[in-house]
Amino acid sequence: MRSDGLSADVEYDRPSAARVYDYYLGGSHNFAVDREMARAAIAMWPELPQIMQANRAFLRRAVEFLVGQGITQFLDIGSGIPTVGNVHEVAQAAEPDARVVYVDIDPVAVAHSREILAGDERTAVVHADFLDVDAVLGSAEVARLLDLSQPVGVLLVALLHFVPVDADPAAAVARYRDTMAAGSYLVVSHATQEGQPRRADEHQALYRRTSTPMTMRSRAEVAALFTGFDLVAPGVVFLPQWRPDRDEVVDDRPERFTGLAAVGRKN
Amino acid sequence: MTRGPHGGHEGPEGVARAWADAIAGTSFVPLKPGELVACLLGHTRRLAAILHGSEFDPAQARDVGVDLVSAHFTGAETLGRTLDVLGECLPLLVDARVTPDATRRLCRTLGALAAGYAAALREATIIEQEEIGRAVLLARCEAEAKLLASEKRFRAMFTEAAIGIGIGDLDGRILEVNPALTRMFGHSAGQFTGLNVSDMVHPDDAPDVWRLYEDLVLGRRDDFRTEKRFFRADGSIIWTHLTVSLVRDEDGAPHYQVAMLEDVTERVRLQSSVEHLAYHDPLTGLPNRALFTQRLEAAFETPIQFGRIGLCLLDLDGFKRINDSLGHHVGDALLVAIAERLASCCTAQQFVARMSGDEFIFLASPSTLRQLRELAERVLAALSTPISLGAHELRVSASLGLVDREVAQTTPADLMSAADITLYRAKRDGKGHYVAFDREYTDRERARITMSATMPRAIDDGEFFLEYQPLVPLCGAAAMSGVEALLRWRHPTLGLLGPDQFVGLTEETGAIVPLGRWVLATACAQARSWRAEFGDRAPLLSVNLAPRQLEEPDLVGEVAAILADTGLDPAHLQLELTEQAVMRDEPGPIDALRALDRMGVRLVIDDFGTGYSNLSYLSRLPVHGLKLDASFLTQIRTPENTAHDDELIMSTLVSLAHGLGLTVTAEGIETRAQLVRVRSVGCDVGQGWYFARPGTPESISSELRASSSTTRDALPAEPGAAG
Repeated sequence: MRSDGLSADVEYDRPSAARVYDYYLGGSHNFAVDREMARAAIAMWPELPQIMQANRAFLRRAVEFLVGQGITQFLDIGSGIPTVGNVHEVAQAAEPDARVVYVDIDPVAVAHSREILAGDERTAVVHADFLDVDAVLGSAEVARLLDLSQPVGVLLVALLHFVPVDADPAAAVARYRDTMAAGSYLVVSHATQEGQPRRADEHQALYRRTSTPMTMRSRAEVAALFTGFDLVAPGVVFLPQWRPDRDEVVDDRPERFTGLAAVGRKN
Repeated sequence: MTRGPHGGHEGPEGVARAWADAIAGTSFVPLKPGELVACLLGHTRRLAAILHGSEFDPAQARDVGVDLVSAHFTGAETLGRTLDVLGECLPLLVDARVTPDATRRLCRTLGALAAGYAAALREATIIEQEEIGRAVLLARCEAEAKLLASEKRFRAMFTEAAIGIGIGDLDGRILEVNPALTRMFGHSAGQFTGLNVSDMVHPDDAPDVWRLYEDLVLGRRDDFRTEKRFFRADGSIIWTHLTVSLVRDEDGAPHYQVAMLEDVTERVRLQSSVEHLAYHDPLTGLPNRALFTQRLEAAFETPIQFGRIGLCLLDLDGFKRINDSLGHHVGDALLVAIAERLASCCTAQQFVARMSGDEFIFLASPSTLRQLRELAERVLAALSTPISLGAHELRVSASLGLVDREVAQTTPADLMSAADITLYRAKRDGKGHYVAFDREYTDRERARITMSATMPRAIDDGEFFLEYQPLVPLCGAAAMSGVEALLRWRHPTLGLLGPDQFVGLTEETGAIVPLGRWVLATACAQARSWRAEFGDRAPLLSVNLAPRQLEEPDLVGEVAAILADTGLDPAHLQLELTEQAVMRDEPGPIDALRALDRMGVRLVIDDFGTGYSNLSYLSRLPVHGLKLDASFLTQIRTPENTAHDDELIMSTLVSLAHGLGLTVTAEGIETRAQLVRVRSVGCDVGQGWYFARPGTPESISSELRASSSTTRDALPAEPGAAG
């Protein structure tokens, strides 16, 4: 994918992380290549669908938490294929005026999102690279829907493990942070090798086949992304451990859900 | 595993919980755990109602299947587990006694649910596939639209660009050119595409351009930039700033080439005119000093190619007079006319530049002295014809200094200074001719220049010192009646210099005045100390006085002051003057001599007999003695070798001097034969290496001490033994 988006060659002959994710969630917004890869991953790691569902559930809980903190505008970067449990659905269920801007680099995910969200005046979709902070924050959609002088929820859910070390994701996060008003929230979930290092390596190798290879990070590395934020309790934890719903039974082996989750408030 | 009623959960709630447990995690459903159970409880009640219904209608169970799909219970395992748990648990909600045909009802209900589920899932799958397919299409359309827009922008850039752009394949065939390029070259696009890059050669291309091009098409470099000339369609020249870039294919192999050309013809033209101005004399159009210097240095940078290099420096004679009398405009016109003539004298290897004012220089490289002389002859001949400037018919001559040297043995600066000195000599020796380089003369001149430059501080730096040479009576027993103070210069680079090497120069520059004062003061102080030690046996001090010193208005006062300062009796000082100095018919020097004489200082004529002496002045001047020039003795080194005429003149001079009451000193006595001769003609005092070489004050003191303790023969046995 060229960063300027100037390629007529929209890739569906290679698996896409967004469509593979959709498959894990039980959707059919995917192609044979995506399913083939998803099945290979599941064969290696049977809990993967559960992990992805846990991630989606974390997203829901985090959005609900943010709405509870008074956040009514969201910037969801790396939003992927909007299947079920989208941010605007969750947010607007609690706060009908909530506004959401989705951002993704995958042109197919963006086109699909636009189709689904057509007619919803409170949502918009931007085709941009997370790393191109100016393109994201300078987009007409952000200008139209978000008031960055007010607190905003920035969601980087299951995104940053697709940003390699060389691209310096922490620097990009810092640039978003610097434009966020005090009282804003950063939501991150991130694949980690902690708990299951061997499987994690194999999984990373598998994702090298996609246009979005994977870089897993440790708890400390994830925590470091929150420089300038106060981590909300319980801090950086495995996905199901982050503020589980009342009467929800947290899995007795949460490390099987090899994703870390955290929410921070800009101070 | 599912938890059935055997696990202790009763009623629809128990079934709903067992169902939720069974399908949890099979697909993502955006519900909280409590909401999930509540949702399934609703479905459980609907199913129970179907089973209980008085009119059994299993088709209603289809809707439950449809609702499950729309709530995203879409996982591959979801339906199977649902049927499992419902098949086991639903009968527990049905009272088989009340409901007839319970088992059949259950089967048909679950069958309807499964059918509804399958139909809905099929529909949802198709819809989602269509959606994602449409999304791909949309994404591609958008990308293509962007690409098209981009293509349009690039096309516009290509078409509207002010710089010329051409695209060619690797064989050099020109495939496409933009309008700017066609305008620059005057070719149509069609004519261009018939051309090959190799048709674009200009004979004066920089040698590496085509090598760079070769490297580029072979993929060894990605681009190059250069300035290159091309022929336009009409044959005129266009200068371009050319950038050629290689475009590679996806595998990195060379694909085609893109050339961008900026028309810099005007800039090059301007640059060359600026360059011309910087390197040429605006008046005559000749190369200027800067260009000459550059050429000269360039000639030195390729010494193997050019064995010898020649300079001919030319200065017009009397140009200032023409300028002053006829005005600068005439002077300028004359210079222009002369420049033309000089330029016409050059051969292919020769080059003329205007250095400054009326000074021109020829550089010949390679050169021989013969060629330089021929050049000089041509120049003199070219200038011999009068130059007509309006009403004026001007005759000009020039002096030329020629220098021709091996490049390896000289430097540009050395060569220039040799040319300067040689030209100076040509001027001094009479103008209107040329003089060729003479090594000895040049070295001497250089030494003179060095000396005159370094002399002013040499006195302060203590580089001058005095030696003393004994004056010995030729009759009687006294070993030494006097000493002559002789000036020496220990020069830091030229070495030890005698007065003949620099006194002439000091007279020219006027440095002789302070120097002479220093000599007199130093020598007088020394003589006074000898007086203090040796009393009457101390030698008479004889000091040379240069003609220029005699012209100093306050000479007498200065001598008196020095004598007073040092405490030396004037009678113990003798001043040696040259004939030329005293014979001038001016009152000043004569008055000074008379005053010195009155003061009691002895005066002698030095180097007597070398000039055309007017003997009559001897009687009019207050002199006390003569020093016969050493040249009288040069013919008399051995007793056999005697020039009778010299001897006759000598004896006549001595008689004349004695007749006038003057003492006679013979200088330059080096052999015993010479001593015998000067004694025989009656000279009174002798001086020369035969007696002693000039020595330090200490050597004189030692001599005096030695002669006081022993009685010595007046004549030493060996020449120089006392020195």
